[in-house]
Amino acid sequence: MYRYDTTDQRLIDERVAQYSDQIARHLAGELSNDELRPLRLQNGLYIQRHGPMLRIAIPYGMLAARQLRKLAEISRRYDRGVGHFTTRQNMQLNWPQLEQTPAILGELASVEMHAVQTSGNCIRNITTDPFAGVAPDELTDPRPYCELLRQWSTFHPEFAFLPRKFKIAINAAAEDRAVIRVHDVGLELVRDAQSDEIGFRVFVGGGLGRTPILAKAIRDFLPRRHIVSYLEAILRLYNRYGRRDNLYKARIKILVQALGSEEFARQVEEEWTYLRDGPNTVPDEEFDRLAAHFQAPAWENLPADDPAHRARLAAEPAFAHWVRRNVHAHKIPGYAAVTLTLKAPGTAPGDISDAQMLVVADLADRFSFGELRVTHEQNVVLADVRQSDLYALWQVARDNRLATANFGLLTDMICCPGGDLCALANARSRPIALAVQERFDNLDYLYDVGDISLNISGCMNSCGHHHVANIGILGVDKNDEEWYQITLGGQQGNGATIGKVIGPSFYANEVPDVIEALIGVYLETRTDSERFIDTLQRLGVEPFKARAYLGRDRRRTAKVNAAAPVERETIDA
Amino acid sequence: MPKIIKHERIVDDPWQVLRLATDQTPADVHLPNSATLLPLAVWRARRDELLAADTPVGVWLAADEGPEALADDLARLPVIGVDFPKFTDGRSYSNARLLRERYAYTGEIRAIGDVLQDQLFYMRRCGIDAYALRADKDLDQALAGLRAFSDSYQAAVDQPRPLFQRRLHGETA
Repeated sequence: MYRYDTTDQRLIDERVAQYSDQIARHLAGELSNDELRPLRLQNGLYIQRHGPMLRIAIPYGMLAARQLRKLAEISRRYDRGVGHFTTRQNMQLNWPQLEQTPAILGELASVEMHAVQTSGNCIRNITTDPFAGVAPDELTDPRPYCELLRQWSTFHPEFAFLPRKFKIAINAAAEDRAVIRVHDVGLELVRDAQSDEIGFRVFVGGGLGRTPILAKAIRDFLPRRHIVSYLEAILRLYNRYGRRDNLYKARIKILVQALGSEEFARQVEEEWTYLRDGPNTVPDEEFDRLAAHFQAPAWENLPADDPAHRARLAAEPAFAHWVRRNVHAHKIPGYAAVTLTLKAPGTAPGDISDAQMLVVADLADRFSFGELRVTHEQNVVLADVRQSDLYALWQVARDNRLATANFGLLTDMICCPGGDLCALANARSRPIALAVQERFDNLDYLYDVGDISLNISGCMNSCGHHHVANIGILGVDKNDEEWYQITLGGQQGNGATIGKVIGPSFYANEVPDVIEALIGVYLETRTDSERFIDTLQRLGVEPFKARAYLGRDRRRTAKVNAAAPVERETIDA
Repeated sequence: MPKIIKHERIVDDPWQVLRLATDQTPADVHLPNSATLLPLAVWRARRDELLAADTPVGVWLAADEGPEALADDLARLPVIGVDFPKFTDGRSYSNARLLRERYAYTGEIRAIGDVLQDQLFYMRRCGIDAYALRADKDLDQALAGLRAFSDSYQAAVDQPRPLFQRRLHGETA
């Protein structure tokens, strides 16, 4: 993975010094709350329901074992021994003390980490495929491009006070595992058929939140050397012309929508004529330098099929289930990628204890070249595991509640922290996730239901990505009561789709019943090869909707509480 | 005389900023006979009159007024102000860069409005070289804001070559 040179390290150290001084001035009364707010947000510090929350950056989800050990130590020393992985592949600590945050950032800097631009109206952490570098369907490793853009976006002087936050995701694989089209800018690495050159298809104006929209392609091929100057053209237009009068209309998607994507593209191209071929043109040598940081580990020559592994699969059904769900193809014979889902029953999705962090770090050292990845589905991936090591890895993971065999199943939910922790939430989301886990605790039933996505957001900011789930759950506030609105038909991947609301919302205690009813329709009507989403698309939403409301009196439509929160410190949507 | 930060030093400064009151219009506002930064609308309405007079004159751009509006007049203006209505409004960073990089403006670009220590580093990088800090702020302390970082990743006005170019040529510390 990327290692800092002396300049990278110096800049991060200087950032810690700058932030420490800002906190000191704040505590001395020289920097008001309002003046501090954007400064602390751009260092990941929110003031939340119970106090501060610190969001630590994990650039494009890559972590070294030594870094995860540091996170374990920090969570134990400065927090309550638990971290929470977010949908931007970051980690949140929910109980730090304001006065201690400079020390935490200092600790992070000692392992080449930081909390820079994990919040605020700036360019946020760039996300990508958690299987980058090992996926069989990948055109090229996206991580060098992520790192190029991490450096470009870090402390960018022109784009630190944008109208709103700005999120970029990169995909380089045949299957989009980074949901690039729900980002402000989605970049798809492609090879130009004629020139054989690598470049990007550029999508702009996607996002979830209050106005879910899929990004539109504004350029089918941009040679990679132009990526920085082209992004500067996009960002400059957004910085100058994005709306600043209404927070709900301030994302770039609203600007793109207002102009139309063709006109927006035209304006980008016009701005870009001034910028292209200037000093921001990235030479091949820089791409090579960055790619060298992501060199393949020392893979061995292994047989594609390990007989001992096959024997274990036959002998131990629990192991076989886990392999079938949580182990993924690797481009090198004899290797596999493993997802450790952080979705064990009774645990809030994405939560990991300090002890588990140490276990995962050890597993990474022992079995996966000392590295791991955080996924936007709030899980952890060990990307380079020998097939012959899977059993030993599974045993350790199982003993530490890290081997729940539910990848891609109903209980592998994306879930925001919700009203238990977040100051913005209209409703709690964790208790809903826990209730779903409790209701659907039978693995055989879950395997029978098969691939399905269920995501939960505690408010319209949609940090739980409910819009792109087959079944989405949105917490809404109705007369100071928690209600839950259901959307159906959303999906991630190449066929990314925004789900549609099925109707009036439900009480919290109805949600598991409603989910069971929806799944019941699927189980009764599916054909042999259909997933939940396939049946839903074939039948349409009506039979599902009818079953969900069967026997329920719903004359009033849930009115979503649109009152603007005073302090807009949204979570990592 | 009021003080500002200019070229990284605290200096006395004679320039005033004229902001139109609600009952004033560009056509009839009284023009001071001392060095004044005028709103763009006043410059446009009274350009000939202002050029005929001996009084030093500059123009300040509101955050939603682009430098495009001044393209033909830059050589006549020793100072251009860029306004920060709130320090969280980042439009003037783009406007300053455009003035320097696209319009090759070489006069003074002055940050006015809600100008605070913790934004000075980014302002300097974007080509702003004078800073009229908010009146309640300590200028000596604010000077430190210009030196927050010893290097930068991006190309900008102060360093036209991005770090990756300099790295490839062995020009980094």
